[in-house]
Parts: sequence; C-alpha cells; structure tokens
Amino acid sequence: MLAGVAPPARTSRRMSRYSALALVRNAFSGHKDWTPAWRDPAPKQRYDVVIVGGGGHGLATAYYLAKLHGITNVAVLEKGWLGGGNTGRNTTIVRSNYLLDGNAPFYEHSLKLWEGLSADLNYNVMFSQRGVLNLAHSDSQVDAYARRGNAMRLNGIDSDLLDREGVRRFCPELAFDDARFPIYGGLLQRRGGTARHDAVAWGLARGADSLGVDLIQNCEVTGIRREGDRVVGVETSRGFIACGKLGLAVAGNTGRLGAMAGLRLPIESHVLQAFVSEGLKPLVDHVITFGAGHFYISQSDKGGLVFGGDLDGYNSYAQRGNLPVIEEVVSIGISMMPCISRTRLLRHWGGVMDMTMDGSPIIGKTPLANLYLNGGWCYGGFKATPGSGWVFAWTIANDRPHELNAKLDLDRFRAGRMVDESGHGPQPNLH
Amino acid sequence: MLRIPCPFCGPRDHSEFSYLGDATVTRPEAEAPLDEWFGYVYLRDNPRGRHREHWHHAQGCRQWLVVERDTLTHEILGALPAREGSPAAGPAAGKDAAE
Ligand SMILES: Cc1cc2nc3c(=O)[nH]c(=O)nc-3n(C[C@H](O)[C@H](O)[C@H](O)COP(=O)(O)OP(=O)(O)OC[C@H]3O[C@@H](n4cnc5c(N)ncnc54)[C@H](O)[C@@H]3O)c2cc1C
Ligand SMILES: [Zn+2]
Repeated sequence: MLAGVAPPARTSRRMSRYSALALVRNAFSGHKDWTPAWRDPAPKQRYDVVIVGGGGHGLATAYYLAKLHGITNVAVLEKGWLGGGNTGRNTTIVRSNYLLDGNAPFYEHSLKLWEGLSADLNYNVMFSQRGVLNLAHSDSQVDAYARRGNAMRLNGIDSDLLDREGVRRFCPELAFDDARFPIYGGLLQRRGGTARHDAVAWGLARGADSLGVDLIQNCEVTGIRREGDRVVGVETSRGFIACGKLGLAVAGNTGRLGAMAGLRLPIESHVLQAFVSEGLKPLVDHVITFGAGHFYISQSDKGGLVFGGDLDGYNSYAQRGNLPVIEEVVSIGISMMPCISRTRLLRHWGGVMDMTMDGSPIIGKTPLANLYLNGGWCYGGFKATPGSGWVFAWTIANDRPHELNAKLDLDRFRAGRMVDESGHGPQPNLH
Repeated sequence: MLRIPCPFCGPRDHSEFSYLGDATVTRPEAEAPLDEWFGYVYLRDNPRGRHREHWHHAQGCRQWLVVERDTLTHEILGALPAREGSPAAGPAAGKDAAE
C-alpha cells in the first residue's frame, strides 16, 4: 500500500472471517479474492500508545489494548517483519509448570488464554495440548518434581507425577536403562504442548489490525525522545513518531532500547539455538525434556524433530550459534533417545534473548512515567505470549501492574524480591 | 568455535574456558552505599559491540583473563591476564561499536 493512503485513526476495518464456508466460496473464484490479513499503513505523526517490537508480545499487547481497553490509536513498530524475531525462532513449547508464586499464576493465565486463542482470533494457532513431560533420573529429582507438582496443584495447575512404568507407557522410545541416567519417573503437565509460532504472530496481527491498530514494519526505533522523566516519542528509520505512552517488547534488544531511554537494566543478551531434523514418521507424541542436562524435544506436524538445549553461554547479539553447543545438545538427545542417533539434522539457527539476573521476565513500569517494559523472557517467552500481552496491555491502560505481573516488576532486583526458579543467583548465563 | 588468545597458552578453543561476564563492573567497598552494590550485582551495560569480559581458562592454565570481544560479530580483539586488564573502564570498554 502506498504511503498516505492509510485509513484515518480509529477506523476499524471489518475483517473477513475465516470459515469453511469462506473457503468454499473462495474456491469458486480460484482463491483470487482473499484479502490481505492486515494493512500496511504509513506511520501517523502521533499515537496514544506506541509499542516497539512486532513479535508475539508486542502484537498481543496491541490486540488486547484495542480489544479489552478500547485503546485503538496504537502503533506497533517493527524493525524487520512481524514475527521475525524470537517468535519465529523458538521451539514453541507452551506450559505453566512453574514452582514460584511470581511465575505460576501468570503462566497459568497465559495457558488459559492459549486454550481459547484460536477461537478468539478466528485464526488457527494450532495449539496442541500433547503434554509436557520432565524426566527424572534420581530419587532426589523425583522428590524435587513432587514438590513442584504439589506447588502447581496449590496454584490450581494440573500436574501428574509419573513413576518409571508410567513414563514407559507414556513414551516407550526413551532410554530407560541408561547406565548413567536411568529414568526414575517424570513430572507431566498434560495441558502443556506446542503451538504454531508464525500463526500466533499472524493471528494476533490480523486481530489487532482489524481493531484499528497500525502495524508498521521496516521501522527501526533508533532513539527515545524524553522531556524530563517523560517519553514524548521515538526516533525511527521512518521519522519521529510522538506518543502518549511507550511500551517496549523487543526481546533480546531490551538492553539497547533501555539504554536509549537512559536505563541500565539487570539483563544480558545471549544467543540460544534451536534445531530441526529431517522429516520422520510420528515418533515423539509429546514434549519431553531431559532431567540430567538441558534438552527438550517435540515433533512438528511436518515430521521434523524440533529440539534445543543450553545457551551458547557468552553475551551475544549475533543471531547464530556455535558448534560446541550443537555437539552437546545432540549428544544429550541421543543419550535420552538412542533411536534418533542416525537422524540427519536439517536446520539450526539462533535467537538473541534477554537473560535476566533471576531468570524471570520483567513486565511493568519503569522509572520513566510513561515508559513500560516487557522483556527479560529468557528461554521461555513464547508460552507467555498471550498472557504477556494481556497483563502488559492492562498495565499500560491502568498505569499500574495487574496482580498477575505485580511480582515480575523491575524494582524486585533492588528490593531483593528475586523470582529465581533455578536458584542460580545473579548469573544470567546459568538460568 | 571462538579462539581465545590466552597470554599463557596461546590461541585455544573457547570450550576450554568458562565464562563469567562483564569485566567492567568493579566490586564496591564493603561500606559503599547500597545503590553501588545494587549496580555491581545486578546492572549491566550489555553493549552490542565491544565488550570486556571475564573468562577462566579452566581446562588450561587456570588463569582468569579479561577478553575483549565484539558481541555482534564475535570477533576477539585481545586478551589479558585479569590482574593486568584491570576492569576500570579501559579505552574500549562498554562502547557500542554498531552505533
Ligand atoms: C532458539 C529459541 C528457542 C526458544 N524456545 C522457546 C520455547 O520452546 N518455549 C517458550 O515459551 N519460549 C521459547 N523461547 C523464547 C521465546 O521465543 C521468546 O521469549 C518470545 O518469542 C519473545 O517474544 P517477543 O515478542 O518478546 O520477541 P520477538 O519475537 O523477538 O519480537 C521482538 C521484536 O522486536 C523487534 N525489534 C528489536 N529492536 C527493535 C528496534 N530498535 N526497533 C523496532 N523493532 C525492534 C525485533 O525485530 C523483533 O521482531 C525460545 C527462544 C529461542 C531463541
Ligand atoms: Zn591459559
């Protein structure tokens, strides 16, 4: 679309609904009449709310701002293309099996939103509740899982502790009698699973656009203009854009955007890799994670095994990883599932993530009056996508955190209220 | 593989080292105000570009090094023993090379 022909503010466009009937109708015209899923507007001079980052979190924030809070004069600014960051690079695991109070209710809220997301968006995000199983390889690990499973139940989250035979019935393909890491049992969250990452971004983009949100791609934010302790707008590669409120949702680039606003943050950027094998017949029906090293695996609908492991371990803004991690991830995978040893790797890639000092995200207010921060997602922000957008929109609209993200505030580091699931302390590359 | 030029062992694969992080933060005096301690423990410049960082040659000479590396390109610009490469911001510390 040409610059200058964007619809006027607050016009919400009627989107054509996707349905079986629409499919049939469009089949008669050779599928030539489908309309684009969202507009491509030129940026306006001012918005009530500007969100930086067109990943799942930024798009979900804009969608819920418009849908639940009636704030529709909103722009999402994306330096590349929608969903081209970590939203399009992750291994798509969705779960809420957390131990700590700051995390568990938030992730459970997100999981509940996932359960209704396709219907809400009229867009199939292919959310598949195939179950997420964490393996235990010692008695003490079984005890630790029992504790976490009980904590989950106290928070109203489903969890099942499986013994060894239970795990065997669930997924017989594992190495049960490995000499070093025999399987003792596992913690299962049946409502966990996977979703189609691109579809989540596209469905949220289409939903936000139809409510009047401007999605502006190829628009890099290069500076944040302040007056005193207020933000007045952003410098971008497409000119200055003024805003009433500014929200950051830029995943691995939070440190850089924070610096533009004059904030030093408890975050380091690190690279995490992911891997896909050649297509195989159905083998891994669930999401399975190894308990004696970092490895997680599922199988995509196309048949590829999708898996990942640890960070590369050093600060990085390069969206590519290094060979030692590939070797380690693959060897853990083979010790957990020897039957995949001859599978060929098809692709691997990296994404840059914010690793925080306690391994938990930061969603909330900042020292600047109208600047809001959504970042620090570490390994696990895909599952948070709808929940993160939901609480972030609430926080921006009401200028205070919702109960669900109150414990994930930026102030917790100064105040000593860490939400440290793994107990590693302030060492980002260990979380 | 990154190749780190250890001043004691010569160029070695980074898999022989363990990584600690930003070498430009300095430990405050015990009596320093809480704010300084907060900054030291939790806050980082996290630059995209040149970064001075601590690596431990755990499977080599077991010395701590300050390595200067570009976090965008992974290019390694030099390494010094930590006791010489004093973390007090040197010429290149914390600069954003891409800016
Ligand atoms: C390899 C890998 C595997 C993962 N696996 C899982 C998993 O299995 N389950 C899970 O829950 N999570 C997982 N994660 C984490 C998850 O992918 C992220 O936490 C989540 O996608 C973050 O979403 P987002 O919208 O915040 O970020 P992104 O999708 O990265 O969006 C941020 C956007 O901001 C844009 N941006 C940055 N700087 C600027 C700027 N200056 N101006 C304008 N735009 C800018 C970027 O281009 C990007 O599109 C994984 C991550 C990686 C890298
Ligand atoms: Zn050495």
